[in-house]
Amino acid sequence: MLSKSQARAFFLGGTVVTFLIFIGLTIYSFAPKNDQTNRDKLTAEVAKGKRIWESNNCMGCHTILGEGAYYAPELTKVVERRGEPFIRAVLQSPVPWAPNGRKMVAYAMNDEDTEAVIAYLKWIGEIDLNGFDRVVSPLSKGEKQ
Amino acid sequence: MKYKSQQIAYWFFALCILLFALQITYGFIMGFARIGWDGLHDIIPFNTARAVHTNLLVVWLLSGFMGAAYYIIPEEAQRELVSVKLAFVQFFSLALVGVIAIVGYHFNYWEGRKFLEIPRELDYLVVVNVLLFLGLILTTLFKGKRQTTTAMVLSMGLLFAALLYLPGMIWFDSQVMDSFFRWWVVHLWVEGVWELIMGGILAFLLIKLTGVDREVIEKWLYVIVGLTFLSGVLGTGHHYYYIGVNKIWLVVGGIFSALEPLAFLGMALFAVYMYRKGEKKHPNKLALFWTIGSAIVSFIGAGLLGFAHTLPQTNLYTHGTLVTAMHGHYAFWGAYAMIVLAIISYSVPNMTGRKRFDKTAGHMAFWLSNIGMLGMVVALGVAGVVQVYLERRLKMDFMVAQEETKIHFVVMLLCATLFTVGIVMYMYEFIRYGKPSDEALEPAA
Repeated sequence: MLSKSQARAFFLGGTVVTFLIFIGLTIYSFAPKNDQTNRDKLTAEVAKGKRIWESNNCMGCHTILGEGAYYAPELTKVVERRGEPFIRAVLQSPVPWAPNGRKMVAYAMNDEDTEAVIAYLKWIGEIDLNGFDRVVSPLSKGEKQ
Repeated sequence: MKYKSQQIAYWFFALCILLFALQITYGFIMGFARIGWDGLHDIIPFNTARAVHTNLLVVWLLSGFMGAAYYIIPEEAQRELVSVKLAFVQFFSLALVGVIAIVGYHFNYWEGRKFLEIPRELDYLVVVNVLLFLGLILTTLFKGKRQTTTAMVLSMGLLFAALLYLPGMIWFDSQVMDSFFRWWVVHLWVEGVWELIMGGILAFLLIKLTGVDREVIEKWLYVIVGLTFLSGVLGTGHHYYYIGVNKIWLVVGGIFSALEPLAFLGMALFAVYMYRKGEKKHPNKLALFWTIGSAIVSFIGAGLLGFAHTLPQTNLYTHGTLVTAMHGHYAFWGAYAMIVLAIISYSVPNMTGRKRFDKTAGHMAFWLSNIGMLGMVVALGVAGVVQVYLERRLKMDFMVAQEETKIHFVVMLLCATLFTVGIVMYMYEFIRYGKPSDEALEPAA
């Protein structure tokens, strides 16, 4: 029968080994040859777009890369789906955008911030998401699942 | 209650109950918004309500864990807490940070990163607060007469939870790296070190409530927390399938997260087995209900419902849908909310000296909240499946698919009302107990 010290060794040993593998896999994931995000295209404007995205807590309603609140649409492929003029109109609207009656906060964004958010969304849209990009892309409509 | 300083736990539990009530209120705001009743949109838009709802959950659970530690550690270490005054300072600073954060969310003062919305300046205060808490707990533990496995596992969980908060404070320009390291905090908390905390509290309660030998309980505690880390650490990979990192996570995350239910199954079997093995003499049956209930519901909510969408083939369609909300509600309820309610139900009679644990209201609170939550989870699950099918498979527009989920949110709101009645009864009982009393102190042996 298992003794208490063996049980402790199982806990400590298992924890150390899995943490080491986890850290190894993290380093492997971010090695330049494994990059799936077009890191070279991550410009200062994209980073600014990300800050605007965060400072308005867009993830509190929308999802991006499948992460968020499921109250408003997934925006990973939104540039492809809606086009830039539509997004510009939504971000710059002085009154709440309300598709089917569900309201978005009216941001009345200036041109500079709007372009940064669009640059960020474009960068997101080009990431290789291991197949999820096809699931959320309208261009896969009619494509065999 | 053996030590006067254990009374500090009461204030953390009172804060828990207060924040829990607020969390439910914001949950209703979100639920009503989903069926089109969004009259509060101009003051509390959905993203504010959502940030408040999830952050209040984190804060009230942390407050509950801290209260549990303040109650358990002196008893396990067999000495008074090193400083009650500093513990009060820690309590008020925790409450203050919580209040500033929650109020701030209504004025766009946030970081906008799911679950980690607390703005950076407040992050530093959180770090100071947690360091003070850990200092008090660990000093008490190591100055004590004994360092039990239960106390060590609980303290280790709290220490790792504090350390793992740090990766979430690193700034990244890349959304992918941001998400990747955010999960170091969120996943490794809830599917890692928080389970250590839960295991520690569970072991303490089982020792007290069942009368089973400490050595037996603590041995199995090691096995369970061992299984947790063995599966949970690499199981983090299930958050990395589709966020823009290497495909290796599909394999690693798939295999290890499929093993994650084992830890919760172990926890449930452990609790039930210890109960059956025990003497069943302890009069506080209500605390036992919450304790065993927590172990069983966490297996269903975190283990089984997590497994339902953890495999990459399924997650490809369920990622970023209401299916996640379904799993999230039952997992947090079973694993963490119920264990906090269990330690409150066990310790408050001991701190106040009033033995109200056979009251109908307490038992009704247990059943109504559990039935209500189960109903909410089923409603969310159906809404999730509808969303996945219409939006992801049939490629319907997001808002068109959302219209079809409205009816399920009506059902969810009805079940949430039942849940709330249960929680209100729990709060009523908590208030009826009154404040801790020195008369409740057990005479020294």
